[in-house]
Amino acid sequence: MAAVRETVETVDRVAGEKYKYGFSTDIESERAPIGLSEDTIRYISAKKDEPEWMLEWRLNAYRRWLTMEEPTWAKVEYPPIDFQNAYYYSAPKQNAKLASLDEVDPKLLETYKKLGIPLIEQQMLAGVAVDAVFDSVSVVTTFKKKLGEVGVIFCPFSEAVREHPDLVRKYLGSVVPTSDNYYATLNSAVFSDGSFVYIPPGVRCPMELSTYFRINEAQTGQFERTLIIADKGSYVSYLEGCTAPQRDENQLHAAVVELVALEDAEIKYSTVQNWFPGDENGKGGIYNFVTKRGDCRGDNSKISWTQVETGSAVTWKYPSCILRGDNSRGEFYSIAISNHFQQVDSGTKMIHLGKNTSSRIISKGIAAGRSSNTYRGLVSVHKKAEGVRNFTQCDSLLIGPKCSAHTVPYIEAKNPTAILEHEATTSKISEEQLFYCMQRGVPAEEAVALIVNGFCRDVLQQLPMEFAVEAQKLVGISLEGSVG
Amino acid sequence: MLEIKNLHVEVGGKEILKGIDLTVEAGKVHAIMGPNGSGKSTLSYLLSGREGYNVTKGSVTYKGRDLLAMSVDERASAGVFLAFQYPIEIPGVTTMTFLKTALNAQRKARGEDELDAPRFLKLVREKAKPLNVPDDMLKRALNVGFSGGEKKRAEILQMSLLEPSLAILDETDSGLDIDALKVVSEGVNALRSPDRAMIVITHYQRLLDHIVPDVVHVLSKGRIVRTGGKELAGELERTGYAEFAA
Repeated sequence: MAAVRETVETVDRVAGEKYKYGFSTDIESERAPIGLSEDTIRYISAKKDEPEWMLEWRLNAYRRWLTMEEPTWAKVEYPPIDFQNAYYYSAPKQNAKLASLDEVDPKLLETYKKLGIPLIEQQMLAGVAVDAVFDSVSVVTTFKKKLGEVGVIFCPFSEAVREHPDLVRKYLGSVVPTSDNYYATLNSAVFSDGSFVYIPPGVRCPMELSTYFRINEAQTGQFERTLIIADKGSYVSYLEGCTAPQRDENQLHAAVVELVALEDAEIKYSTVQNWFPGDENGKGGIYNFVTKRGDCRGDNSKISWTQVETGSAVTWKYPSCILRGDNSRGEFYSIAISNHFQQVDSGTKMIHLGKNTSSRIISKGIAAGRSSNTYRGLVSVHKKAEGVRNFTQCDSLLIGPKCSAHTVPYIEAKNPTAILEHEATTSKISEEQLFYCMQRGVPAEEAVALIVNGFCRDVLQQLPMEFAVEAQKLVGISLEGSVG
Repeated sequence: MLEIKNLHVEVGGKEILKGIDLTVEAGKVHAIMGPNGSGKSTLSYLLSGREGYNVTKGSVTYKGRDLLAMSVDERASAGVFLAFQYPIEIPGVTTMTFLKTALNAQRKARGEDELDAPRFLKLVREKAKPLNVPDDMLKRALNVGFSGGEKKRAEILQMSLLEPSLAILDETDSGLDIDALKVVSEGVNALRSPDRAMIVITHYQRLLDHIVPDVVHVLSKGRIVRTGGKELAGELERTGYAEFAA
């Protein structure tokens, strides 16, 4: 009984907090006028109750964006995006809630079932109105308390702008400046919300931070903004996304993630991206144009990106590391799966500025159906960067005769002491391997999943344990229908 | 158990098997011997359902069912096992994971419950011990970097774990030295049982000294040209296949 009372109190408290932060009904019912203009941006900023500096920052970005052109160098094709025919702000609960799971696409439900996702979470992910997610809410609260004890800040970005303006002003745009690229600049002008994390000096964050626990912030919108700062000697592992496909009505997504690791700090950032990839005929699906960058600002710092990309119709994404501090280290582990008509152009940039910096890139691209899967990467060694080490391994696996895989590695070494290694392979799932697995009783699709999981093993091992198990299942599900 | 009637098989438009009749009863070990290119491997692939082997005439009945109508994995779950002459490498998939996936896929297909990790581990260790398969080998990716002997031991381990009703051993002795041959043969002999049939395909008599067959067939140019007892193998070793080649 005590537990029940505690839960009820918790829910009351959380509900009260929401009110405190101004999620009142009039905001919920409102939406910015269609199209993009300075007025739209003022509207967004006002709705978020932002200070003047934040508005100025957005407006500067917007003015910059007007002078920029959409990049076309990626190996992806999509119809032109009409930026004036979109809504750039809608209040968190604006997206129509469904009354029950009966209204959800049965295909989506089938996938949830295969992933073994509990009913209550299915409702959350599918955007069904849930009266009160008792268990999850209490999880969130105990979680926040534990973090507060060690001084870790983990909150919605808009809350950080109000509550921790000094930190935000100091670090926002310091890794991905507002002038960086077309989509990052657009994001800077109109970003909706996202996560803010600050780990104080010497603190090892006591748990994996996951966007998943921010369920009350589930609708972060199409222009997510994330900023993570690991102060001197601290450590944090951050999980973004979810193996389950989420219902989402926005076609264009342009997120920005900035990571800052100060001296001796380490950030591990893991992503599972499984947005709607379009149907088997290539109709619909999310366009995902993301800018993710980490700055190893202090000596001996380390940033590690791990990503499992299975969703979206078009993916344009290059999580990168600026290795500024001496002896700093950047890592990029990636699995990108494309099926049907999906197009992926993804990779990383390792910019070696400091002495004795090292980086490691392991990329596994799997193409099936009629999809196109490109690895695009840059390893750059600047003049003063002595003793740089890089190891790059790009493996592509093709399933079926109509897909394609491409590898576009750029290497720039301006210091003769650099040692750079690049290995690349392209292979097919052989008829022999499939026959062998099936002769042991494994059905064709399961056999493909088994072989592909083996192919991805080096990367899957980098994921936090509970994530890795789900990711393995996801690999199989993503490739369904790829063998005849 | 298995009844093959007037079986004709084409590969790439060329007839390889030209009317095979063969009946294998439960509990029996049949050896199929023959020179290279006589159709031995074609028979093993055909029975296990590999693509590209077209039956133009004849029938194969297994436990009263039309074997040719079943998919590869259905045949496997129904108890047809092929020990490969050249086992295939599956990079990144540990032997342990592969064994568990295979066993549970078959159990699922048969409507049995899947084994959880502890029960599986106990079972696989029990089966691995007599075959000299150490834990270290179970943790390595299946057949990747395995020696010839390790590969064949892994094949027999799979057979022992999956407990097939009809085991087809395709040139299991190839690439084995005498010690490895002993271990593998002992493994196979331990699996002989009244409700299991085996078809042992081999070029040489050597294997049949260790796995003693009940019946020996000689396959030549796509036909079974002679059938006899185990002594036929010894006779062939002395005379060679010359008399069947013409």
